[in-house]
Amino acid sequence: MTDQVASALHDDTGGFRRVAIGTTWFWLLLFALVPNLLVIVVSLLERGEDQFVRLAFSLDSYARLLDPLYAGVFWSSFRLAAIATLICLVIAFPFALGVARAPLRWRPALLALVVIPFWTSSLVRTYALVILIKTEGLLNAALLGMGLIDEPLEILYTELAVVIGFVYTELPFMVLPLYAAMEKLDWRLVEAARDLGAGAWSVLWRVLVPLTLPGIIAGSMLVFLPALGMFYIADVLGGAKELLIGNLIRDQFLSARDWPFGAAASVVVTVLMAALIGIYSLSQRRFGTKGAA
Amino acid sequence: MADTVVELRSVTKRYGRNTVLDAVDLAIERGEFLTLLGPSGCGKTTILRLVAGFEAPTSGEVWLEGKDVTDLPPNRRQVNTVFQSYALFPHLSVYDNVAFGPQLAGARADDLDRKVREALAKVQLDEFAERRPNQLSGGQQQRVAIARAIVNRPSVLLLDEPLSALDYKLRKAMQIELKQLQRQLGITFVFVTHDQEEALSMSDRIVVLDAGRIQQIGPPRSIYETPANLFVAGFVGEINLLPAQVRDVGDDGLGIAIEGHSMRLPKATAIKTVPHAGDAVYVGVRPEDLRIWREVEVTDDLRPTLFPAVIDEVIYKGSTVDLQVRLRESGTRLSTTQFFNEDDPAITELDFASGERVYVSWVPGWEVVLPHD
Repeated sequence: MTDQVASALHDDTGGFRRVAIGTTWFWLLLFALVPNLLVIVVSLLERGEDQFVRLAFSLDSYARLLDPLYAGVFWSSFRLAAIATLICLVIAFPFALGVARAPLRWRPALLALVVIPFWTSSLVRTYALVILIKTEGLLNAALLGMGLIDEPLEILYTELAVVIGFVYTELPFMVLPLYAAMEKLDWRLVEAARDLGAGAWSVLWRVLVPLTLPGIIAGSMLVFLPALGMFYIADVLGGAKELLIGNLIRDQFLSARDWPFGAAASVVVTVLMAALIGIYSLSQRRFGTKGAA
Repeated sequence: MADTVVELRSVTKRYGRNTVLDAVDLAIERGEFLTLLGPSGCGKTTILRLVAGFEAPTSGEVWLEGKDVTDLPPNRRQVNTVFQSYALFPHLSVYDNVAFGPQLAGARADDLDRKVREALAKVQLDEFAERRPNQLSGGQQQRVAIARAIVNRPSVLLLDEPLSALDYKLRKAMQIELKQLQRQLGITFVFVTHDQEEALSMSDRIVVLDAGRIQQIGPPRSIYETPANLFVAGFVGEINLLPAQVRDVGDDGLGIAIEGHSMRLPKATAIKTVPHAGDAVYVGVRPEDLRIWREVEVTDDLRPTLFPAVIDEVIYKGSTVDLQVRLRESGTRLSTTQFFNEDDPAITELDFASGERVYVSWVPGWEVVLPHD
């Protein structure tokens, strides 16, 4: 009797599992895999005069990406994304540490502060940044008012503005994985390091950083990868002066109407991201066996 | 005055309204093996953390090597800790764990290697240098933790219940090893434990703590044989407490009324606070100091001086037999430990049966007289 109930329950959960997993697979196939395959196919075709593409195999689009002009776009995209990632890391690390060390009852509130910005569309928040940092903006008004500067800072429509935008938008994605790693950290290891003569700096480099490395890598990926692709921040804050990969791809599809070239650029970015994720999961696995104490 | 390494001067530690240490004064001498013994929450680990520098006292001072270190951070104190959980760095090999301290102290490469190898050899882990902590057994991890601490040649080594995670046999072996290591190195060991047996077998001196206060400080023998109060008597070893009334206090000793008997306890009886006539006291006798007489052994002149009892329970322990007995008149329960005695044929076999009528006595002078708390 109980066996029957148990097996019925088991069948039930088995059915539920199939539906749940099946739905997700279906979704991913239809909206992720198929579009990506289409992009790959398009990238290997020729540009058409009247249609968007002509059904003829060609590696022209990839060859064109080797043009120094586009290599420069890739380079500056990577550079800005890397700078933004680094700044996010430097800001988020002490914050995450502080939250992880805060009394248990404060932590939900502190984490909520990180999440609250998600309630507003990031496009809206990006426009809000314009109001803050433009020449007649609040930041300059405040600094001038306090007499800290004599002339308004020219931030808007510079590379700096783009980096500020990236950092502002992506910071939570750095904080959360770092927090997750630090919360798991055995604080007695820090005490042990102190006991053995480590000052704050040594504790950071010899204990905290190595032991939270998975969180650091995860956060860096979560900041770096989206920063590569975000085009509206470069548009709104960079004044479209700064051509980044995201903008390049969008322009190829929407204004230049060169679908194969846009698709090729997109495939290259995807491959680079996949390579980064591959490196990350390799490092995770290596660290995982180490940390399984 | 002895050479003092660590001194707590009227140290009080509070967490909110909770007083963990209450005006504790303690001087730890160079080279001694000092054990902080007490139940959980008595403040023993807090003392360790105060000396290590992980906590700051609410009031009072911590002195180390003749200097006030109350405000000095842990990394600037010549003190190392062996943590209860070992707290080995999981991302470093055994070698690098041990090298951690000397590296920070700026040891030169060849000097560093010699020091680390030496420390690993001391704990017999030379062959495990390249392993990671999670590839070692609990006992081996324990040794790494010890090596990692002693490699720095601290003035004081603090050990926070280091053996509590080990099984019985390994714990016994490590107790002996730690004691030998301490003698070899000549480093002052401050050892925290709640295991009274461990404290008795390892220490030069024991500090018994309860409720944030020091109850007694002394060598194991004096702690066991002349406990200062009811807490120490009950916490360290087993003891039978018999309520008694003091009749008179004379030059020849103490006259008491106990279990319907009159007894004279010799002056030698260790009494910390001399009672007055009329005081209610407890007379404490250790189980192994109680003698059990069988009916056949008791002569008529002997009978009035013994306490008649009945055996409730016989517990065979291998080298001893423990008897739970009940005094026939008052019903007071006593536990006794009887040793196999080749010279006394009557009790050689110790073949007692529950329900057997026996007599109980002890040698006057082997008891302790304790005031009510």
